[in-house]
Amino acid sequence: MMTRRISAPALVLCAIALGLATASPAAAGSDDKKVAVAIKEYAFSPAAITVPKGTTVVWTNNDETPHNVTTSGKQFKSPPLDTGDSFSWTFSQAGSFTYFCQLHPQMTGKIEVVP
Amino acid sequence: MSNTDDAKNRPADAGRRDALKCMGWAGAGVLWTLAGGVPRGALIGSAEAAKMPAGGLHFVQISDTHFGFAKDANPDVAGTAREAVAKINALPVRPELVLHTGDVTHLSKPTEFDQAEQVFADLKAGPIHFTPGEHDVLDDNPGALFHQRLGKGATAGGWYSFDQGGVHFIALVNVLDFKAGGLGQLGASQLEWLERDLKGVTASTPVVVFAHIPLWTIYPQWGWGTSDAAEALSYLRRFGSVTVLNGHIHQVIQKVEGNISFHSAMSTAYPQPAPGEAPSPGPMKVPADRLRQVLGVRTVEFVPGGTPPALADQILANS
Repeated sequence: MMTRRISAPALVLCAIALGLATASPAAAGSDDKKVAVAIKEYAFSPAAITVPKGTTVVWTNNDETPHNVTTSGKQFKSPPLDTGDSFSWTFSQAGSFTYFCQLHPQMTGKIEVVP
Repeated sequence: MSNTDDAKNRPADAGRRDALKCMGWAGAGVLWTLAGGVPRGALIGSAEAAKMPAGGLHFVQISDTHFGFAKDANPDVAGTAREAVAKINALPVRPELVLHTGDVTHLSKPTEFDQAEQVFADLKAGPIHFTPGEHDVLDDNPGALFHQRLGKGATAGGWYSFDQGGVHFIALVNVLDFKAGGLGQLGASQLEWLERDLKGVTASTPVVVFAHIPLWTIYPQWGWGTSDAAEALSYLRRFGSVTVLNGHIHQVIQKVEGNISFHSAMSTAYPQPAPGEAPSPGPMKVPADRLRQVLGVRTVEFVPGGTPPALADQILANS
């Protein structure tokens, strides 16, 4: 009775656990260090990224439902993002940041900021 | 088989769901009486429904009005909310109270609360009691605006209880302080309050609990459950009749567990897919002429003599 269908978010979480979804670090030293994370079908994509310090991450909501970006460590919280809205955050410190959607906490993501 | 299938495949539920679907398409309301834990259905307006004794308690549940939503799934949620109010106003018995199980607004904006207050001002019913959904607590100080506008009589945390018509009503809040990867949660303070609140209530008193997110786990992959609901339910098991009403999932799903019955409600704004039957739980677009068949309100009636309440989920219109 407990066998569950594997949903897309579950696969994403598995991918995080296996380290498969970690993107390559963005071009270090670039003047315009921006990395995009899409919000689509109740998931952050890519769900895990590694970026150099100073990178600005831009989340854009492509769903018809509002979402937001809230870090587990409460470093920042975006306002609710309606369809098409974006939110940016510049990571000036190295470290590991896990985040989720305040409306749908099953949506999680991770940013690894390297020196 | 998923958890959801587990809930779906309970014979009583399956019969109810299928019958409800049929009746929905046929355009008739269905009156459900929970007798001995097994729901019995009867057509609204039939002789059986008409024989309901007077003098009980009659109330309405409305949910997920999402004032401010304007996407394809329903570009006019204020319009369908007004239709829901008109449907309630046209009931043969004036409801003695109305429960709103959250997501009153879509984005917690003052203008959305304004619109909600205007539409609900037209209700011909007793007082309306609200509990917030996660869409109602998106302000900087989560829930402050909701509490100020709609939380009259609530504790500082937003939860509260009251007695009416011999029934003990409890509004719970399970949409605050979410943790990454988690479900809805009540939290330690609220659970302590609930345990204390129930100490003074006799086991023969019917209890109605209302909250936004389901208090049983319907589909954790979509966050459709409350992580610490089991603790709350442990305080409720000694009561002879406990009815748990919720919204959040924009569809009717029901489960009976001993003396506790759980009922999620339709939205008045837009439907959502059945658990796991779409890539995500986002708003489901149905043809415009079918929208009102998947939106609706619920009437609940307690009759004297301690029998369980009769629940009727009523669609807004046939087309």
